[in-house]
Amino acid sequence: MAKVRHHVIIGAGPAGVLAADTLRGCDPDARITLVSGESEPPYSRMAIPYLLANHIGEDGTYLRQDADHYARQRIDVVHARATRIDPKKKSVRLKKGKPLKYDRLLIAAGASPILHPVPGLDLPGVRTCWTMEDAREIADRAHKGDEVVLMGAGFIGSIILEALIERGVKLTVVEMADRMISHMMDETAGGMLQRWCEDHGIKVLTGTRITEITRGKSRLDIALSSGKIISAKLVVVAAGVAPNIGFLKGSGIKTDRGVKVNGFLRTSAKDVYAAGDVAQAKDMSTGEFSVLAIQPVAADHGRIAALNMAGKRTPHDGSLNMNVLDTMGLISSSFGKWDGVDGGDGARMSDEAGHRYLRLEFKDDRLIGVQAVGITDHIGIARGLIQTGQRLGRWKEKLMKSPERLAEAYIATAHGISHA
Amino acid sequence: MQMALVIDPGKCTGCKQCELACSYVKEGEFNPAKSRIRVFDFHQDARFVPYTCTQCAEAWCQQACPVNAITTNDSGVKVVHDSLCVGCKVCTIACPFGTINYNASTGKVIKCDECGGEPACAEACPTDAIVYMDVEQAGFDKMRQWAAQTDAGARA
Amino acid sequence: MGWTGKVLRVDLTNGTCSDEDLNMEWADQYLGQRGLASKYLAEEINPKVDPLSADNKLIFVTGPLTGTCASTGGRYSVVTKGALTGAIACSNSGGYLGAELKFAGYDMIIFEGRAKKPVYLYLIDGKAELLDASEIWGTSVWDTDAWLKSRHQEPQMHVAAIGIAGENQVLYACIVNDLHRAAGRSGVGAVMGSKNLKAVAVRGTGGVKVDDFKAFLKATNDGKKVLAENAVTGEGLPTYGTQVLMNVIHEAGALPTHNSKDVQFDGARDISAEAMAEPRGKDGKPNLLANQACFGCTIACGRISKIDEEHYTVVNKPEYWHASGGLEYEAAWALGAATGVNDLEALTYANFICNEQGLDPISFGATLGAAMELYEEGIITDKDTGGLKLKFGSAKALTKSAELVGKAEGFGKVLGLGSKKMCDKYGKPELSMTVKGQEFPAYDPRGVQGMGLTYATSNRGACHLRSYTVSSEILGIPEKTDPHTSDGKAGLVKAFQDATSAVDSTGLCVFTTFAWTLEDIAPQVDAALSGKWDVDRLLETGERIWNLERQFNLKAGFTKKDDTLPKRLLKDAAKTGPAKGKVNDLGKMLPEYYQLRGWTKDGVPTNETLSRLAL
Repeated sequence: MAKVRHHVIIGAGPAGVLAADTLRGCDPDARITLVSGESEPPYSRMAIPYLLANHIGEDGTYLRQDADHYARQRIDVVHARATRIDPKKKSVRLKKGKPLKYDRLLIAAGASPILHPVPGLDLPGVRTCWTMEDAREIADRAHKGDEVVLMGAGFIGSIILEALIERGVKLTVVEMADRMISHMMDETAGGMLQRWCEDHGIKVLTGTRITEITRGKSRLDIALSSGKIISAKLVVVAAGVAPNIGFLKGSGIKTDRGVKVNGFLRTSAKDVYAAGDVAQAKDMSTGEFSVLAIQPVAADHGRIAALNMAGKRTPHDGSLNMNVLDTMGLISSSFGKWDGVDGGDGARMSDEAGHRYLRLEFKDDRLIGVQAVGITDHIGIARGLIQTGQRLGRWKEKLMKSPERLAEAYIATAHGISHA
Repeated sequence: MQMALVIDPGKCTGCKQCELACSYVKEGEFNPAKSRIRVFDFHQDARFVPYTCTQCAEAWCQQACPVNAITTNDSGVKVVHDSLCVGCKVCTIACPFGTINYNASTGKVIKCDECGGEPACAEACPTDAIVYMDVEQAGFDKMRQWAAQTDAGARA
Repeated sequence: MGWTGKVLRVDLTNGTCSDEDLNMEWADQYLGQRGLASKYLAEEINPKVDPLSADNKLIFVTGPLTGTCASTGGRYSVVTKGALTGAIACSNSGGYLGAELKFAGYDMIIFEGRAKKPVYLYLIDGKAELLDASEIWGTSVWDTDAWLKSRHQEPQMHVAAIGIAGENQVLYACIVNDLHRAAGRSGVGAVMGSKNLKAVAVRGTGGVKVDDFKAFLKATNDGKKVLAENAVTGEGLPTYGTQVLMNVIHEAGALPTHNSKDVQFDGARDISAEAMAEPRGKDGKPNLLANQACFGCTIACGRISKIDEEHYTVVNKPEYWHASGGLEYEAAWALGAATGVNDLEALTYANFICNEQGLDPISFGATLGAAMELYEEGIITDKDTGGLKLKFGSAKALTKSAELVGKAEGFGKVLGLGSKKMCDKYGKPELSMTVKGQEFPAYDPRGVQGMGLTYATSNRGACHLRSYTVSSEILGIPEKTDPHTSDGKAGLVKAFQDATSAVDSTGLCVFTTFAWTLEDIAPQVDAALSGKWDVDRLLETGERIWNLERQFNLKAGFTKKDDTLPKRLLKDAAKTGPAKGKVNDLGKMLPEYYQLRGWTKDGVPTNETLSRLAL
């Protein structure tokens, strides 16, 4: 009788949970252990803003809604932080409890907020918004009419922003870059979003840093690089995240920005794989290996890594960077090389008054990047066209003139329709 | 037997009865903008293309959902559970066909669920451009091949 | 229910848009669309106003079934005082615009005044604004459509626009929506042009509700079944379009040819539905590519055609090598039989130009037919035409004229007057085949007696769609009558007029009545609306509408004298075919008709009639 394999997965986010389910699907007899560094049932950070906005309860954030899911799938969930990996002994040391021996290991340990060297970030009333515990703390402190400062208007900051507004707080956003969401949007889109926020009563300070936070009488005083000092009851820090690779020190597993993986999501160590926010895997747009800390990529990684762990050799040809954001009803998204490439062509269409913007980027007659504001219908087609590298032929010229016909272009090329 | 919506654009006249039937069943009103099926009009080529979810095996939307609000039923149909959907829209960018869409009036996403086995669009189609039939018999269509191409790398 | 309950009033003079409630009392009395907007127009303007002045109003109006799943439930009408006729005008169109208007939250748009500079109305989900149209003024309907969709990044927008014909106030300019559906007749496009209104661009994502969904689905499903099983609506129209009539009417000897000198056309076969479907000699492909439905239509009679790329009209013009709206019967007749041209590709090209420039092909073709007769008579000379040889049968004369008329350049300006004013200009009023200034369509009243009375009494000038007795006299629907006798035709015409007025007020297409009677329509209307709507109420409403329109025209200055036909139809007998030797017997039918209508012998509704109809 063949030996029963033991799959250990570090991290109970989307990549880890999807990997566990995938492994169960193709390796019915294996032992599967899911190691969660937090005390809650596996949950989705993506859902935290909706929890903060009181749209859902904590259970609404759970990655699997069926309470018996893990038991039924025979997935052992261990609530303990992994502190060390020894690939030679094939074991994972935990903060509490016995080390886990594995046959195959998946590192899906995710990311954590970056600790910035700003004095006062450790004060009470200053909080990152990343874990369930953070969410509880923020919910406890941010109430209707309270003055709140949000540090960072990147993608995550902007997601939290809406939740804070729904809680009825008076919000000031402080962002170092010259515009909101500079990693996902160009000046036009970022500017549109900023004006939208300002129209909804949010103070947006771009090109501004927080230099120090001090405890005032009953509130926090926040010193800005502009020299101004503003005060608030709560400061929410959303100024970037970095892969959780610290615990790999000494393991011999190669890291760079994240855990380095090959085209099958395997790390430098035998039988050890990595997935999700912690992995530095192939970006299909650039061909380079980089960290793409987004939900759909975590799902792709989790599934493909699991297939490889189960012995089904499955290449990972690269994931597509993409994001979607709802800012008080104004929905924006970006895909791939949204800022274009040298030698490519771009088409833009903007309607400032209608809060709509669409930017397409091409290389030859293939779509490589999309940015959209205020346009949601059939938007996933952007992914389809970019990822398949579908040649657009005559439709490229049409799209250069009328980018809004993207969905038509996709269906037409799929159906071999040339005119129009 | 695997039942599916099989679409023949060559028979479509662009009447939009499918959109009307769909929106009535799903929204209780006649509203093509909220239909889960949409007819694309390529008038310069004399062609109309009804377009909706193919219930692809890859289930991009389901995999991308952070709160397990999309599941696959026994017929292979991907179903959105409104009580769980938080409206994060990740599925709408993850679906490479663009056939799961955000409905701003409910704050949830919407997609074709084949009406639980009695699709109203097929019933309403006057020209049999949309039929609900056993896919193994249908020799199925380009959209499935398209689905295969769109795989993010997993060619398993 | 069935209504959004909202009217958009657009004051072009002051550049403002405002919402008001739909007058439900009038909706109860006039149903919707044609009836309802006619009531608004009659209440709001002096019937004597100059149609092209700022005092005229232009109303875009839907019916209660517009935007529902009723088969053909996508119609809208444009109601105004007609530029061509000076009579009340109601031009009905399909496509998708009418339904979109409802989805955008409105039942009706009333345009009043005149904009100082060209503008267009941009309407999206309850928000309306007038925007600068200077960039599209002077461009075609097709370019305008593309520009607006691109400008607003809204590929699902629906657009109704005038082409250069409307801008130049060509008297039979139409309003084209969805590229090739048109509110075609009576010069509604010239009125729009006179208001400096280039286009109406609509996008709506709202829904339409009906009063009783369950009953509505049953009634509309029953209706669809009837349409599918009927030979005309289930087979003839989808396969051949209205062009199925070309050979039929030719054989009946009722095809007005060469400006009605003849009643049969030798080239009928060449320009028929059958010819459209056959592979061409040149490229081996048929002219007809597909059939298209308007919104909600389960008949799908629309034609989508493509011109042979090597045909002289387009050989160096790839911009015309795509598919677009092809010939329907009326257009094929006017561009073909009326002018004696049997070149199908030339007709298709002229039809494209009509759609692009916003011209009513019926009036254009008929006017050209009259010009050809004037030319062959030597009354119009090469000097007038700038060297253009206006010979019957000349495809080049047809396509060149089509290119000129919208631009209102050279002889095109004369053709743009319409047949009536053009023949008056040359001192030959008797050569104008018009009633109340409007060119009559594709049925010769010598071969179909009822159509003589239809044309003579039509409230918008000569028109087949006001009482299509061809249905009974030629096709036998709902029952066959003899086309060569005037006996009983007064009653037939009245019954058709009243029923059609009602159908035109529902949001449904009149073509459904090849299969449907009011018995099929009443349950659909009844389920959509909150009140009780049965056949009797529909007929009474239709009669009320007809009399309202009649009163408008009487106040506008029309009299009994205008209820007549060109002399040619009353004096010159048909030369060939089954009706050989016949003239139209209007003199006998008209008094009988007045009497049946409850009008005086001068054609004025009696007080008794008015009070019976609550007018």
